[in-house]
Amino acid sequence: MEESKIISGCKVVIIGGSAGSLNALMQILPDLSQLNGFAVVIVLHRKSTDDQTLEELIALKSNITVKIVEDKVPLVPGCIYVAPSNYHLLFERNDTLSLDISEKINYSRPSIDVSFESASEIYGETLVGILLSGSNTDGTYGLKAIKAAGGTIVVQNPTVAEMPFMPHNAILNTSPDFVLDNQEILELLRSINI
Amino acid sequence: MIEDIELETLINEIYEYYGFDFSSYSRASLKRRVNRLIHLDGFAHFHEFLSRVRYDPEYYKHMVDEITVNVTEMFRDPSFYAVVRNEILPLLGTKPFIRLWHAGCSTGEEVYSMAIMLKEAGLLHKSLIYATDINATVLETAKKGIFPLRMMKEYSENYRDAGGQEDFSNYYIANYGIAKFNEELAEKMVFSQHNLVSDTSFNEFDLILCRNVLIYFDNDLQKRVINLFDESLSVLGFLALGTKETIKYSIPMSKYKQLDKEKIWRKVK
Repeated sequence: MEESKIISGCKVVIIGGSAGSLNALMQILPDLSQLNGFAVVIVLHRKSTDDQTLEELIALKSNITVKIVEDKVPLVPGCIYVAPSNYHLLFERNDTLSLDISEKINYSRPSIDVSFESASEIYGETLVGILLSGSNTDGTYGLKAIKAAGGTIVVQNPTVAEMPFMPHNAILNTSPDFVLDNQEILELLRSINI
Repeated sequence: MIEDIELETLINEIYEYYGFDFSSYSRASLKRRVNRLIHLDGFAHFHEFLSRVRYDPEYYKHMVDEITVNVTEMFRDPSFYAVVRNEILPLLGTKPFIRLWHAGCSTGEEVYSMAIMLKEAGLLHKSLIYATDINATVLETAKKGIFPLRMMKEYSENYRDAGGQEDFSNYYIANYGIAKFNEELAEKMVFSQHNLVSDTSFNEFDLILCRNVLIYFDNDLQKRVINLFDESLSVLGFLALGTKETIKYSIPMSKYKQLDKEKIWRKVK
């Protein structure tokens, strides 16, 4: 198991989550001192009226630079990006992020499926997708797209997820490379590109 | 998903057959929109869709309507509207005549929001609001001022959060699931088709609003459009963009001064 966890050549780790995933992130991100040559993009379901409290919270708890996402912001390795509220987050060929206010998907904007699929189109096998706690089906389709494009997919162990429905649904409908608890997700992130 | 090369083929064919240039649109969003349409309209293969676009001008129009994003709402981002109400309208109010331009107005929700604020500030009678979009279908909706009734709860909350004091339901008549906004609000609106990709400046304005339109354009086209706005703004006029958009990659920042935290810039020279 430990041997097979080695992931190399990774450019982007995209993390999706809904209800209950903020706590998981708060257990994982503060203990991560750096990102080895990859960027982390976080797509959480959040209220449409949210300002930047989520970004500020993550920046406060993490040693890693959190970049505020504006349209066409360059995706730089070593930094964390958080999808803004009320926009879908998309990936462009020239390593920039773009935004879109089209219809909600799975009642959500940002939608995890939309960002996962878009990232898979650009980053293929250099992408790692992680799905955390939540109580709807968003993320499953996106994980399938990442897997189909050659990327690695990770699902939070539903037994440790505050809201097990979302990771459970993903496990039922995809073939995750790893099903991990929070500490194991942290170790996985530390081991990438080593 | 369609292939990148298929998307480029579509862009080229549209330009060749219809003269419309999508080549400077952000690819990620455009690709999603085309893909969605192919599924919605039940095409089994991309080439079937492509040939339909080629030979059927009506379908081409439908395609443009569908792949351009027309999601909008009244008083979207209430804090933005609060700044317009409290800081910008009082300044514009000192002028004998106020010209506004909503570029990429879609179905007009933001145009009616602005008209409501102008009316409440006692400025609507001396204002003229130009509202443009590339899409003729959405302009027809905008002209009518008819929006879904189910949205009114959210819109009235946005209105209040933006500093609105009146009873929001006084501005429309509810009927069979629709809300028809008072015609008096539309008296100072001029709707017309305008393409930010290829058309030029057509007037001088005191306030230009173009919110969540530039996100669909690449950096070069964003630059073109910002410069078009610059040519169309009076000195000391205001430019308002979406909450995640910026002018800083497109124009010397010495010409503009940003207001507070909102995406509103004042042309200072």
